Amino acid sequence: MVPIRTPGGESSIAGHSLPAVGALLDRRLIFVTGKGGVGKTTVAAALALAAHRAGRRTLVCEVAAQERLAAAFGMAAEGFREVEVEPGLNAFSVNPEDAIREWLRYQLRSRTLAGLLGGSRIFQYLATAAPGLAEMVTIGKVWELAQLERKTPGSTPYDLVIVDAPATGHGIALLGAPRTFGEIARVGPINRQAEIVDAFVRDPASTAVVAVALAEEMPVTETLELERRVAAELDVRLEHVFANALLANRLSGTEAATLDAALAGGPSDGARAALAASLEAHQTARAQRSQLGRLKRGLGAPVTTLPHLLTHDVGRDGLERLAAKLERDL
Amino acid sequence: MSGGPLAAVLEGREVVVCAGSGGVGKTTTAAAIAAALAAEGRRTIVLTIDPARRLAESLGLPDVGNEAIRVPSERLAAAGLAGDGELWAMTLDAKLTFDELIASNAPDAATRDAVLANPIYRQLSGALAGSQEYMAMEKLYELHAEGGYDALVLDTPPARNALDFLDAPGRLSRFIDSRSLQVFRSSGRAGLGFFGRGAGAVMAVLERATGVDLLRDLAEFFNAFGGMADGFRDRARAVEALLASEVTTFLLVTSPRAAAIADAAYFHGKLDEAGMPFGAMIVNRVREPVAAARGEALAAELEGLLGAPLARKVLRDVDDRDSLAARDAANVERMRAELGGAPLLAVPELPGDVHDVGGLGAVAAELFDRS
Repeated sequence: MVPIRTPGGESSIAGHSLPAVGALLDRRLIFVTGKGGVGKTTVAAALALAAHRAGRRTLVCEVAAQERLAAAFGMAAEGFREVEVEPGLNAFSVNPEDAIREWLRYQLRSRTLAGLLGGSRIFQYLATAAPGLAEMVTIGKVWELAQLERKTPGSTPYDLVIVDAPATGHGIALLGAPRTFGEIARVGPINRQAEIVDAFVRDPASTAVVAVALAEEMPVTETLELERRVAAELDVRLEHVFANALLANRLSGTEAATLDAALAGGPSDGARAALAASLEAHQTARAQRSQLGRLKRGLGAPVTTLPHLLTHDVGRDGLERLAAKLERDL
Repeated sequence: MSGGPLAAVLEGREVVVCAGSGGVGKTTTAAAIAAALAAEGRRTIVLTIDPARRLAESLGLPDVGNEAIRVPSERLAAAGLAGDGELWAMTLDAKLTFDELIASNAPDAATRDAVLANPIYRQLSGALAGSQEYMAMEKLYELHAEGGYDALVLDTPPARNALDFLDAPGRLSRFIDSRSLQVFRSSGRAGLGFFGRGAGAVMAVLERATGVDLLRDLAEFFNAFGGMADGFRDRARAVEALLASEVTTFLLVTSPRAAAIADAAYFHGKLDEAGMPFGAMIVNRVREPVAAARGEALAAELEGLLGAPLARKVLRDVDDRDSLAARDAANVERMRAELGGAPLLAVPELPGDVHDVGGLGAVAAELFDRS
C-alpha cells in the first residue's frame, strides 16, 4: 500500500485549536452530515472505531435505510436490530416504518392497540403521507438509542451513538423535525416528546453536529453555508469538520519546476505521460491545500484532515487507518 | 454540437429529468445538457434547486426563486455553445411554488388565506423535507403545460433517496385526499363509514397517541384544504402521467465511486419498477490511467532526467493515479453490465472544478461529441 503523508501542524492554522483530547467523543450523540458524496458513511464508521478503541461502548447508526454501515464493517445488516460488530461496537439501520411501529407500541403501551392503529387505513394514510413524520420518528429512535436508560426492553445502553446522517438540507430537516413537531402539536404527548428530543439534540453537552467535507470548491462552499445554516435555523454550533480524501503532495515547488524543465526537454511519450501525471497530482494536491485553507479561514469549527485511501473499497483496513488518525488528532 | 448516443436519447424529448445521489455533478450535468439543447436551436430551460453559487453567478441566475432568466447568448458562445436556441434558467423556491399552488386551487380568497395562515400548512410547506421534491415536479408540470419552452431540464433536489420526487406528488395528494380528511372534517364522526366500523375506535386510539389538540389542528387544516383535495389529486395524476409519457426521459447521474454506483444501480431498478422512461446513465469524473508503459526503460529515463529520489516520487504518483483509474474503470464496467445494452456515458475528470459556463461547455463537449 502506498504510504500517505499527511501535513503536520495544521491545528494551529487560522488560530483554531483542536478540542481537548476526547472532548468530541465524550458526547452522547454525534451527528455526521455534509454534502452528498463526501464520505459521511466512512467518516462515521471511522469515528465509531476510534471511539470504540478509546473504550466507549459505541453504536453507529444510519438513517437512510441503505444498510451500508454494517457492510463497511464486513457484516450483514439485520433489519431494525442492533448488530454487534465486536463487543462494545454495534451498528444499526433506522427505517421510518419500523420506527413508527415501535413508537406506537411505546406511546400506547399496548401491542394490541398499536396493532389496531398501525393496521388501520386512517393511520396508514397519515403515516405514509404526512411530510416530516418519517424524520420525526427517525430522530426519535436515534434519541432513544442514545439514552442511558433505554426504552427498548432488554437493550444495553451506549456511551456514544454516531449517526451517519443525510446530506446537508435533509440533515438539517432531520435535526429540526422535533422542533417543527413541537410547534405543530403545541401541547399533548407529541409536543412533550418532541421537546425532550429537541432539547437533547440541540444541547451541546449531549450532542455534537459535525460535517464531512472534501477540499474542493463546491463542498467547501456548502460546508461554510452549513455552519451558518445550523446556527441560524437550529441555533446549534457546528462542532467539527472532517476534510476527507486529501491527496499526497509529493513534490516541492522546486521539484515541480524540475519536472516542467524535463517535460520541455522532449522526453519519450511514456516519460512525458508520467511527468504530466505527477505534475497533475501536484496541481490537484495544491488546489486541495488552497481549498482546505479557505475552509479553515471561513469556519468557526476546527478542521481535522483525513487522507485519501486510494483503494477500491475502504474496507476494514482503511477504516482502521482512518480511526488511528482520528485517535491521534481528536 | 450534438452527436452520439445522448443526442439520440434526447431526440424528441421535451422533459429531461436528471436524478442521482448527492455530490455526483447533477446540477452541472443538467446545465450542460440544457446548454447543448439550446445550442441545437431549442428554447430550453433548466430548473435547479440551490445551485452552487459560482455556477449561479456564471449563468446570471438571480437569488430570487421561480423567476426564469435568460442566460446571455454571448456567455454561451464564449464557451463554445453558440446556437440558435435560447437557454433559460430558474432557481426553484419550494415554499413559493406551494403558496402559488394554493392560491390557484383555492375556491375563494378566504379559503386561500385560511390555508396560508394555518400552522400545519406553514410547517408542511416550508420546514419539512418532501415538499421540495413535490414542488419541483409541480413547477416542471406547470411549465410544460404552459408550453413556453421546447425542452425542460430538471435538476432534481438532493433527496436522501434520489427518486423520492417520483412519489412526492402522490404522497402529498394522499395526505390531503378527501377520503382521509373526511375523518377529521366530520364533527360527529359520521364520515367514518369509508373506513369501516372500527374507525371510531381508531380515532380514539389516535387521539391517545397524538393528543386532542393536534387532532383539532389537523381537522382545521383539512377543513381549509377540503375543497382543494380533488384538484390536488388530479394534479398529482397528471404529473405522474407526464413523467411516464414518451416526451420524458430520465438520466441517472453518478460518480465512479463504489457507493454512488451502487445507488445508481438501485435507482435504475426503481425507475424500471415505476415504469418511468430511462434514457441514459452518466458517470462523471472518471479518471483515466497514465499512458505510459511501466518498466525498467521508463524508470531509467526518469532517473536520468530527474535523479533517483525525484524519479521515485514521480513513479509513485503514477501508481496512485493508475490505481484510482483502475478503481473507476472496474466500477464503470459493473454499471455497464447492470444496464445491459442501455446507453452509458463516461465523462472523464476535467482539470479543475467545473463551476462556470466555460466548464459547462467542456462537459457538454464530452457528453455529446466523444463516446
